[in-house]
Amino acid sequence: MTLRLAWRTLKRNKLRSTLTMLGVIIGVGAVIATLAIGQGARASVQAQIASLGTNVVMIMGGTSSASGARVFGNVQTLTTDDADAIKRECPAVAASSPTVRSSGQVISSESNWSTQVQGATEDYFAIRDWAIDKGALFTDADVRGAAKVCVLGASTAGYLFPSGIDPTGQTVRIKNLPFKVLGVLAAKGGSAGGGQDQDDIIIAPITTVQRKLTSNPTRVQALMISAVSADRVNEAIDQITQLLRQRHHIRPGQDDDFIIRSQNEFASAAEETSKTMTLLLTAIAAVSLLVGGIGIMNIMLVSVTERTREIGIRMAVGARSGDIRWQFLVESGFLSLVGGIMGIALGSLASGLITKVAHWPTIVRPASIILAFAFSAAIGIFFGYYPARKASRLDPIEALRYE
Amino acid sequence: MADASPAASDAGTPGTNGHRPVIRVEDLTRIYVVGDMKVPALRGVTLRVEPGEFVAVRGPSGSGKSTFMNLLGCLDRPTAGTYYLAGEDVSTYDSDRRAQVRNRYIGFVFQGFNLLARTTALENVEVPLYYSNVSSQDREAKAREVLAIVGLGERMNHFPSQLSGGQQQRVAIARALVNSPELLLADEPTGNLDSRTSVEIMAILQRLNRERGLTILLVTHEPDIAEYASRIIGFRDGHLVDDVRVDKPREAARELAQWPTDEWSTAAET
Repeated sequence: MTLRLAWRTLKRNKLRSTLTMLGVIIGVGAVIATLAIGQGARASVQAQIASLGTNVVMIMGGTSSASGARVFGNVQTLTTDDADAIKRECPAVAASSPTVRSSGQVISSESNWSTQVQGATEDYFAIRDWAIDKGALFTDADVRGAAKVCVLGASTAGYLFPSGIDPTGQTVRIKNLPFKVLGVLAAKGGSAGGGQDQDDIIIAPITTVQRKLTSNPTRVQALMISAVSADRVNEAIDQITQLLRQRHHIRPGQDDDFIIRSQNEFASAAEETSKTMTLLLTAIAAVSLLVGGIGIMNIMLVSVTERTREIGIRMAVGARSGDIRWQFLVESGFLSLVGGIMGIALGSLASGLITKVAHWPTIVRPASIILAFAFSAAIGIFFGYYPARKASRLDPIEALRYE
Repeated sequence: MADASPAASDAGTPGTNGHRPVIRVEDLTRIYVVGDMKVPALRGVTLRVEPGEFVAVRGPSGSGKSTFMNLLGCLDRPTAGTYYLAGEDVSTYDSDRRAQVRNRYIGFVFQGFNLLARTTALENVEVPLYYSNVSSQDREAKAREVLAIVGLGERMNHFPSQLSGGQQQRVAIARALVNSPELLLADEPTGNLDSRTSVEIMAILQRLNRERGLTILLVTHEPDIAEYASRIIGFRDGHLVDDVRVDKPREAARELAQWPTDEWSTAAET
């Protein structure tokens, strides 16, 4: 009965009720969408890190400065010889590959596409646990001979050969140099947050990339290494550290000129980042929800003033102050709950749209929906309470006289 | 509260036969505090109203009659004195209990009708029942019943804006009757109505008073309206100054039958 009364009252002022709800709709929608984006990004980053390969250790040139700030990537301290030495001398290391990246325009007989070209040795595929789908991988001989050959990531193959023909044996031009396509890699899946697709890549022998595609024929950006097993990753890191310090002539007490990261560390760092992002986005969304709540309070206060006479009449014929308070609380609760439900719908819709248009992965979890629902109910009660109490405390004589 | 009905014959003989008066106020006083000034609006009023009486309350504005009516209607609490409504001392009740008393024992009719806008006549009449936990079927049945009593059985799904002033006041009377009150308080019920419609409303009140033994207190400043009552009391400066019995009250129903028919006011249906 109270519900029907509230429904009718709100229906009488359709435009006003809708506008009031809009605040909550947008707030709840924003909460749902941001949580969906945050959780989607987190899931895909986790998938991507997992797809790096289980025992992977990555070594980058650079130093940990005393302040803790780290500089990596741009410092040239690693060489191809380091990679060979690690593989040879560290018993806990199974495979090792130097890598270098370049990006550029790639032209096939059908299309052209701008993508990343990763230079590596034949070991790289074993380290990353990356299987070939069609054709073959390049070999040790190709690396030593700096052959102009390459394998395509699954996505890149699709972009360069949209007709669906087997790219194996075709020639593609990378930065205007012809490369023979040896094969296509199996899809790794799990596009990363931020729209990076790890299957959108071309892998070529590192020697070729160094000499033909970059200006520096000895440049090595990072070493990709796999430990013999997952529980020997730490052992491998110790051996590598010792070996590299020795090879780079670093005296005891001096800082390393390289940084070693295991997959676990990447995972936890990424986890931290996405947690912070989610928290930030949720805080912004919560603020908009708060604004929606204030909107409800504002309208309810206006409504109480406008309906002073109605309140007086109801009190005269026997409504207790609790009855009046309840009536207004149900109205504000109704506004925010309906707004919340519509917001959940809007947020889910927006998440779907974001995935479709921007290719960002989104996940709407039941927990987010319950959270948003509970939040909007709480907002209705919290922001509706003051106006409802104000209504219930009116003096019936004054209220009846109100014009 | 049971035997309010056959009391009309007994009206005016206070305290006899074990009849319990509907209203018994003793030394009722109401002092408003404005800032640090005390403004006495009612200075010790003592009055008994027996079941079935029809009392008109008169007095200039500021005489304390509105304050008195607010106290009788349990909308306000006296500063001093006692008020027994149907034998119950309601002068000490808190606001929730007073709301309950208003709901069960008192019906209000106002000058400005005070119906809920955009709410049908039927729903307006149902409002008091909503606060006394009556099931929704019973609510509708009772509301239909009282609307039939005031002659509005056919227009109950109309909104107040679709009804004439007289019709709106009938809806208000029906709303006042719906909980079978002990006492009907009418505050200038004809103040917004033309003279013929006023007589129509008075005819309804007289009929309710005589046929159902309903006790009515009616505030009016129109002398001719007061003449429909069987007792007229007057206020001045917060005191009860007059208490007169009317031997032969005017008969609204008879006047209505003899009303000249050539006037446009016949358009306002009966």
